[in-house]
Amino acid sequence: MPASSEILAMPTQAQPAGHTPQAAASRIERVIEALLAACSIATVLTTAGILLVLAVETWSFLREVGIGKLLFDTEWTPLFAQKHFGIWPLVAGTCLTSLCAIAVALPLGVLSAIFMSELASPRLRKWCKPLLEILAGVPTIVYGYFALVVVTPILQRMIPDLAGFNALSAGLVMGIMITPIIASLAEDALHAVPKGLREAAYALGASKVPTILRVVVPAAMGGIAASVIIAVSRAVGETMIVAIAAGQQPRLTLDPRVPIETMTAYIVQVSMGDTPAGTLEYRTIFVVGSALFLLTLAMNVTSYKLAKRFRRAT
Amino acid sequence: MSGDQARSHTGERLFVLLAALAVALPLLVLLFLVLAVGHEGAGRLSFDFLTSYPSRHAERAGILPGLVGSLWLMVLTAVIALPLGVGAAIHLEEYGRRSRLSRFIEVNIANLAGVPSIVYGLLGLGLFVRTLHMGRSVLAGACTLALLVLPMVVLVSREALRTVPLSLREAAYALGATRLQTIRHVVLPMAYPGILTGAILALARAIGETAPLVVVGALTYVTFVPDGLDAPFTALPIQIFNWVSRPQSAFVVDAAAGIVVLLVTMLLLNGVAIYLRNRLQKKIS
Amino acid sequence: MTLNSTPPPRPSPIKLNVDGVRAWFGTNRVLHGVDLPIAERSVTAIIGPSGCGKSTLIRCLNRMHELSEGARSEGSITLDGKDIYSREVDPVLLRRRVGMVFQKPNPFPSMSVRDNVLAGLRLTGSLDRTRADDVVEKALRDAALWDEVKDRLGAPGLGLSGGQQQRLCIARSLAVSPEVLLMDEPCSALDPSATSRIEDLIHALRATYTIAIVTHHMQQAARVSDYTAFLLSGDLVEFSETNRLFTSPRDSRTEDYITGKFG
Repeated sequence: MPASSEILAMPTQAQPAGHTPQAAASRIERVIEALLAACSIATVLTTAGILLVLAVETWSFLREVGIGKLLFDTEWTPLFAQKHFGIWPLVAGTCLTSLCAIAVALPLGVLSAIFMSELASPRLRKWCKPLLEILAGVPTIVYGYFALVVVTPILQRMIPDLAGFNALSAGLVMGIMITPIIASLAEDALHAVPKGLREAAYALGASKVPTILRVVVPAAMGGIAASVIIAVSRAVGETMIVAIAAGQQPRLTLDPRVPIETMTAYIVQVSMGDTPAGTLEYRTIFVVGSALFLLTLAMNVTSYKLAKRFRRAT
Repeated sequence: MSGDQARSHTGERLFVLLAALAVALPLLVLLFLVLAVGHEGAGRLSFDFLTSYPSRHAERAGILPGLVGSLWLMVLTAVIALPLGVGAAIHLEEYGRRSRLSRFIEVNIANLAGVPSIVYGLLGLGLFVRTLHMGRSVLAGACTLALLVLPMVVLVSREALRTVPLSLREAAYALGATRLQTIRHVVLPMAYPGILTGAILALARAIGETAPLVVVGALTYVTFVPDGLDAPFTALPIQIFNWVSRPQSAFVVDAAAGIVVLLVTMLLLNGVAIYLRNRLQKKIS
Repeated sequence: MTLNSTPPPRPSPIKLNVDGVRAWFGTNRVLHGVDLPIAERSVTAIIGPSGCGKSTLIRCLNRMHELSEGARSEGSITLDGKDIYSREVDPVLLRRRVGMVFQKPNPFPSMSVRDNVLAGLRLTGSLDRTRADDVVEKALRDAALWDEVKDRLGAPGLGLSGGQQQRLCIARSLAVSPEVLLMDEPCSALDPSATSRIEDLIHALRATYTIAIVTHHMQQAARVSDYTAFLLSGDLVEFSETNRLFTSPRDSRTEDYITGKFG
């Protein structure tokens, strides 16, 4: 509605100037408008606050330790006497749990989206989406409990050498949690594919499933990719599930059966302890936070751009 | 139609079945989760559990401080986040829709919504706890949660404002109403159910959050309830986290019982939101 | 070609016969019992003001109508004497024999020119790889597009101009070797020169295919068709050889329409 703001702008401009009652009213209007604008600015200040807090502490850390040790060491032991600050073990832990999660959420989410958009009756579909969205609303602490107390013992019966803390069950449960994100956004993307393309395929004598897999899904690929990236970003930033079920042992491995530590879990680990402000250990959580912030930001921006390009194309 | 190739109906049906399973599986997992938690925690649930303080003895432990702490957090978060969020939404939706600043703010809000919650915790720790010297207080926790849900409050409020037809605004202007009068008497009353529903859902999300509160410094073993804005605090999910982390299995039962309380609270909040929306919407139409 | 240049074509056998077809969207009946014989290897035009049901009618001919939500139809439509709505007919197989070109060119966005032409065969799992190149060339030649795209078969189908896209869609339909080609206002989104190329193409295709074309453009019907049906508010008002319908209509409503009194 581009015309609306022009219309909205008219009445205030029409206010006569001078010390009339209207002028007083318009002064109040202006004060309130300024207050409302201040509320908007508060959201910008939040971003600025995040950037500033992360940057200040990270800068202090880097001045003391240097960026080389952060990037070229392969061990992360800031809480030990023998300190190492190589961030890669934490990054690897995060990647591992996120990979497990997406291995679950990608097929489940995309298939669910196809079911809701292409196969289910309108009535069934009206039920599916809100039901699935409940999954995304369950507090993550609950999933953490579920992963540690319920899923790990079940998996241990199938995989005997699975440790009590492991990336696998945390990742799998996280996958269930982020499935509705993919399902919901990918369904929107599939729904946005023009009806004409489906009709063209049907008119060629194609049946439903080939039409979905070869025409509709490829046409919605941009939107589906955007949904998957946003889901990965959510998995990378997810904290409680991995803090509870994946362990606190930073290690550079791709083995999902052993305890690891993710970036988020490390921040929790330090926060639970009594680390005084201003120490190097205290600063490390901001360094890890910065890396986490940059990683998720990059994914969110990529997803946003993909989705925007997809919307323009359809 | 002889002569044509036959179609593989079995293949088609298999695929439909597979897709239906993909929807059903996560829902079944959720059902299993609820049943497992309920089964484990049911034995511990009692009035005493709600009104007792944590204890070294798992069977005597309760969640009173967590419950009261969460209540404090919810009220304070609402007091901080709602005016800010609704104000920003009104500003973006009713005043500066096309300006470059408002577009920048929009992109910024979209980005904020994607920032991991634990990063908000770091913001709270650096800004409220340290720089503003609030300490590890319930106020610092609430400020952190308020910033965390702010993007969501703005988004749902804008959504609600957008449902008010332009023609109604024009009608108000045609009667000689100013922009503020139009917003107050025409737009807000109509958008109010949507805003309220969204706000409650945002608060439900806030009380389910654990990670930012851990970072801000919520205590895990508390034998008192907060008595002021500057008091130390705990919260329901923090208490559950503490119990889950203990090696003794008796505390796992406490955790399950705590989860039941948390889920019921969230369910109630969601129910209230849906009820209010339906009722208020009926009233308007 | 001018209005009276072609002599009435020799009577050809009926390929598709429409008998008493009624169609609904929900509770809204849009066709009230239409009878229409469509002759083999000829062009039958369906004209009428917008909303008269001509698109619905043509979409009944390959059972696309029933894909819309709440849509249903009654009556009989036979292809080579066999009822296409009978229980044992699979609509999917029917559509391989009765192809369709739509109002807006709709090449598949994720596919190249070549892949678009082959799409029908791939989607139905009936592509013989060794013959793929021949199929592509033949379909594009038949659609009078070969010379324009032969050097960029790998380019995306959406990169072509609107008129080329529509001919690509025609080539895509021809590649599955249908017997009947349905065209639902195929030129309404095209400029005049692209339109005339499609019209020439329809004229050429008439030797091989049975064609039914919906158009709101009377001159176009007069130019390309052998027979014309005039539809008004869901009823067939008049059907005859195109020359006769345009020169000496029997129904006064037809006359009013073709002389531009309404529509």
